[in-house]
Amino acid sequence: MGCGTSSATEDKKSEKALKAALVIQNWYRGYRARLKTRQRYALTIFQSIEYADEQGQLQLSKFFSFMLENYTRVQEKEPGLVTRLFGSSIQDKDRQDYLGLLEVPDSYCGPRLQFPLTFTDIDLLIEAFKQQQILHAYYVLEVLFETKRVLQQMPNFTHTRTSPSKEITICGDLHGKLDDLFLIFYKNGLPSASNPYVFNGDFVDRGKNSMEILMILFVSFLVYPNDLHLNRGNHEDFMMNMRYGFTKEILHKYKLHGKKILQILEEVYTWLPIGTIIDNEVLVIHGGISESTDLNLLHRLERNKMRSVLMPPIPMDGDCAEKKNKLGTTSLLGIRTSGSFSEQLTKQEWEQVVDILWSDPRGKRGCYPNTNRGGGCYFGPDVTAKILNKYHLKMLVRSHECKPDGYEICHDGKVITIFSASNYYEEGSNRGAYIRMSYGTTPRFFQYQITRATCFRPLYQRVNAIESSAIRMLKERMISRKTDLTRAFQLQDRNKSGKLSMGQWAFSMENVLGLNLPWRSLSSHLVTTDKDGNIDYMSGFQDVHIQKPVKEVQSTLIETVYRYRSDLQIIFNIIDSDHSGLISMEEFRCMWKLFKSHYSVHIDDSQFDELAERMDLNKDGSIDFNEFLKAFYVVHKFDKLNKSDNKLA
Amino acid sequence: MADDRDRDGTEVAVAEFHKKIKEAFEVFDHESNSTVDVREVGTIIRSLGCCPSEGELHDLIAEVEEEEPTGYIRFEKFLPVMTEVLLERRYRPIPEDILLRAFEVLDPAKRGFLTKGELIKYMTEEASLQVSYPCTHSDRAEWCFTRWVLGRRLAMKMEPSGMNHCP
Repeated sequence: MGCGTSSATEDKKSEKALKAALVIQNWYRGYRARLKTRQRYALTIFQSIEYADEQGQLQLSKFFSFMLENYTRVQEKEPGLVTRLFGSSIQDKDRQDYLGLLEVPDSYCGPRLQFPLTFTDIDLLIEAFKQQQILHAYYVLEVLFETKRVLQQMPNFTHTRTSPSKEITICGDLHGKLDDLFLIFYKNGLPSASNPYVFNGDFVDRGKNSMEILMILFVSFLVYPNDLHLNRGNHEDFMMNMRYGFTKEILHKYKLHGKKILQILEEVYTWLPIGTIIDNEVLVIHGGISESTDLNLLHRLERNKMRSVLMPPIPMDGDCAEKKNKLGTTSLLGIRTSGSFSEQLTKQEWEQVVDILWSDPRGKRGCYPNTNRGGGCYFGPDVTAKILNKYHLKMLVRSHECKPDGYEICHDGKVITIFSASNYYEEGSNRGAYIRMSYGTTPRFFQYQITRATCFRPLYQRVNAIESSAIRMLKERMISRKTDLTRAFQLQDRNKSGKLSMGQWAFSMENVLGLNLPWRSLSSHLVTTDKDGNIDYMSGFQDVHIQKPVKEVQSTLIETVYRYRSDLQIIFNIIDSDHSGLISMEEFRCMWKLFKSHYSVHIDDSQFDELAERMDLNKDGSIDFNEFLKAFYVVHKFDKLNKSDNKLA
Repeated sequence: MADDRDRDGTEVAVAEFHKKIKEAFEVFDHESNSTVDVREVGTIIRSLGCCPSEGELHDLIAEVEEEEPTGYIRFEKFLPVMTEVLLERRYRPIPEDILLRAFEVLDPAKRGFLTKGELIKYMTEEASLQVSYPCTHSDRAEWCFTRWVLGRRLAMKMEPSGMNHCP
């Protein structure tokens, strides 16, 4: 019990405690690393699928081009279809035509705007939207008209200056996430003459408050046209909206006047500036650049002729011009896509704009077509240096890509990506951020993340959530390619054992799905593996199946319609030019035929006819295509909810 | 996650290791140019199932770094080193019962838990002798302000925090 023994014991104790602490620390670091990796895998899945979808657009765009270029042939076979498809219901109506008969009833208790707008209206809107009120269509239309009128007077690139006492804030993609915009305004202050903002595109789609965001931004723009700058993003495009949710949101919130709103919106988009240049040094654009980016050309072109990325200019030849004269005003050339020669951009101009809205920076030098997205290009640090030097610029600020921390700097500090929609893929997936900068100072970044709970759930729970969401999406992909995948597996499975090695399975998955993912690491979530390390390849389809709306129809057809449902939705929406939600059986049938041939889908026509007959529930010769497409959804075996139509735009 | 069968290092096994290492590496290769930030190498190695100590990690990094450290690790250098590690089954994770005993050492009163304060104390004082990767603020915050349960058999819970972690 003497001092000697007790100090020795103390030492021994302390040494033991140290060892214990080290063991725990070591274990914890491993645990933490595995969580982080799982989170990264989930994000990689979300991103690959997102880009693969965008790539699918390229095919759709080619389909439309094919239809336009083969107009006469198509016209002969299916008279009226192409006209119906691309026929414009937009004439140059004026304000009176739209607003003339509209009134705001006394019973309306939502926000009432007062024109000319002032900062009080901004406050009013924000307060109202916080209480989830909906702005009356009358005001929406007023705002849209005014915005279009003011935007028309602005050049393609907004030039603005900062000073030490007047910093500018740059925000990236918001994608309908109203809470993020509220948070930004809360942390950074409302826009004003002394608090200028640049919103760098993609205000809409995906999130459920695209309309509210747009209204706040447009009203703020109208109040402070010289201090709130808006850049066009690739989602400020009426066709993208059809696929990614904004069209649906509008038609849902504005059942009576949604159609009109969509028509005006289409035009407002085309008048949004292409970019902003700050202090003649910083170029702010939504996507990126290419090695052929020509700012002078971009300054000059008529930006409002860029209607949609899915409608490239069609080559004009003498033949077409002839047709114009023959067919008169409702001809191919009198329509929303092209119009006469002078109503299109040249091919070069169009490509320049697509590059600005769709490109992504990469570490690899040079400039390559952006095959992931199907539009724009990948540009390397050398391209950045070349273009910035050419126009005496110092930095490029862009958005367009979701980053885990809300922002990312690359190309030697010359390119900044800024993304302002936190939890973009799923709750917990990423932070949002904004930049504050002024001339001569280093840009400062502010990050945030919206959370529903009052305190963060533990990390492992958050990772579990985004991981299971990502795996769900991946499984839905798999089931939509079940036939092709099964064929690929069986080709490699020589002795028909139902099993493949890890390498073989991974190879087929990557090849068929076209997704560059860490298949080996993900395999435990997707398939069952036996004790020899071999994979039961059909087990991947076990917990998931596509609901068959009609029993007798073959699964290949079901699969195909499920796989292309977004594309079909866009096509249907376009045919349905009066937005009634209905198209005739005839149109449905011949659209399918064209679609089939262009997409090289090998399905018997009779199969399709059978499906269509059965889907025409009230037998009146028309199909409610929203109902039609909704019928194709994926059921997850262990789901409590039945419908997973949140992926249906 | 290396399996027993791979101990003989056949070509097939090595090829599979290569693919696995490549997958883990690529997920952190943000620029898609076959490099990762040196600060993520620890995470990659751990995600492949290895649990090196700080010192061992330090040595590994030294092996894969460039002559003149650039802050980036290239895949060409990482691959052979990591393949060896997996083939030799180095840095195996600590078995659960040892981990449990480690907790018991720090909890002599056998309460079945450690308080926030105690953990902070042990991790910073005792474990701070381990150099190179200091426990970052967010590490500690997560550690201390997160309620977790270890495995099935271990039921060590931290006291719930209810703290509003500033995003």
